[in-house]
Amino acid sequence: MAGEAVVPLTEDVDGQMFHIDPMHQFKIHPLFGEGDVHWYTVSNVTLWLAITVLVIAAILVFGTRRRAMIPSRSQSVAELIYGFIHNMVEEVTGHDGVKYFPYVLTLFLFVLFANVLGLIPTSFTTTSHFAVTVTLALMVFLGVTLLGLYRKGLGFLSMFWVSSAPLAIRPILAIIEVISYFVRPVSHSIRLGGNMMAGHAVMKVIAGFATMLVVSPVVVGSIALIYGLETLVAVVQAYVFTILTCVYLRDAVGDNHH
Amino acid sequence: MEGELAQMGKFIGAGLATIGLGGAGIGVGNIAGNFLSGALRNPSAAPGQMANLFVGIAFAEALGIFSFLIALLLMFAV
Amino acid sequence: MATEATDAAGQAAEASGMPQLDFALWPHQIFWLLVTLVVIYLLLTRIALPRISSVLADRKGAITNDIAAAEELKQKALRAEKAYNDALAQARVEAAKIVAEARAEIQKDLDAATAKADVEIAAKSTQSEARIAEIRDGALEAVTEVAKDTAKEIVAALGGKADARSVTAAVNARLKG
Repeated sequence: MAGEAVVPLTEDVDGQMFHIDPMHQFKIHPLFGEGDVHWYTVSNVTLWLAITVLVIAAILVFGTRRRAMIPSRSQSVAELIYGFIHNMVEEVTGHDGVKYFPYVLTLFLFVLFANVLGLIPTSFTTTSHFAVTVTLALMVFLGVTLLGLYRKGLGFLSMFWVSSAPLAIRPILAIIEVISYFVRPVSHSIRLGGNMMAGHAVMKVIAGFATMLVVSPVVVGSIALIYGLETLVAVVQAYVFTILTCVYLRDAVGDNHH
Repeated sequence: MEGELAQMGKFIGAGLATIGLGGAGIGVGNIAGNFLSGALRNPSAAPGQMANLFVGIAFAEALGIFSFLIALLLMFAV
Repeated sequence: MATEATDAAGQAAEASGMPQLDFALWPHQIFWLLVTLVVIYLLLTRIALPRISSVLADRKGAITNDIAAAEELKQKALRAEKAYNDALAQARVEAAKIVAEARAEIQKDLDAATAKADVEIAAKSTQSEARIAEIRDGALEAVTEVAKDTAKEIVAALGGKADARSVTAAVNARLKG
């Protein structure tokens, strides 16, 4: 069944005017030589993860090397990111959450730069793969759950028992709360991965139409617009991923009055 | 014959699944519009609510992304 | 069904379906992702964060110090202004005192001079009055003398013989009348 069902569009439209294969950009292949991709293989995923690390190091380590009282440009960027995430963590999770700031900043920087670097044409977007986003979301989910159980013990479970509601509907609410709690990592990961994949696939689809002479001016213009939109989406999704992490973290470390 | 039928159903299903994105669009527009009208009434309170705005947009958008995902699954994975 | 779907997904990924659903590739990605995250975390906590927070703390300290110094300088300026104002007020009071003293002295001199002048004037006027009285008296006597002589002459001219005593008496009577 799968055999004929997944005939790639490129082959499907053979003999027509354009070739669109929006999924091609997400392919993982070894950087050196041919063959299977094992868990240790150095592939294009590895390459772009390494580039992400290098960019982060360039801004946060190389940019701040002078420790200037009056910051240079790259140092102000580093300080801006630092202050932004620090404020977010402090504002959302409260004073107790500040000690988890390095973890949140790690997540934010990785997601932000992976998203933004993925916008470079012909690059590989690591955050468009559910393997990556699901791992990130599960790390947040497990971390928050274990931290909550560790800090509050069974009191953490009182989060599911809505004491402000009438007693009769509390069990039903508890079930809903539990389900919504376990859906968190799903939506957390699918949101990021889906946004990234969707945006890049849409760009590829539209770019495929650019080979048609009649519509190509319109296509090129709309590509420019969508590129701007995708840049915005890349940054906003990083922000959203981080702030949701903070919101979940608040359940574990803050006093949960909600 | 059966394969063609299945493929047709797949494409139709994928197309139908994208309707869900319209709901996400309505939701995001609703949130942003209400935020804007609130912000115009009380501009001084607006900056403090930016986080809530983005969280709300993210929640509304995630559900749309789910339906997009269903469409992709139908197209490429089923 | 589920396994079949997974297999299908795997094959789909092989044949340009969704590479995201090729679960055979997940360990590879997760492994390198974890490596990446650990590297970023170490870079941040070992190098970047201490650096940035120390810079921010330094800057905050510098700003606090500068504000304190500015406050101190402002206090100093206020004190200097107050001292200046005090000195000015004192000088003004002193000046007023000096002016008052000078005025009093001048007044005293003036009074003394006036008194002296008054005395002199009084003496002069007494003298003058005496002289005027003298002159007036002298003038009256002279008038009587002239009248007697004139009467004698007139009587003699008219051919009469008049003795001096009666003429004098007549003139005196006439002058008195």
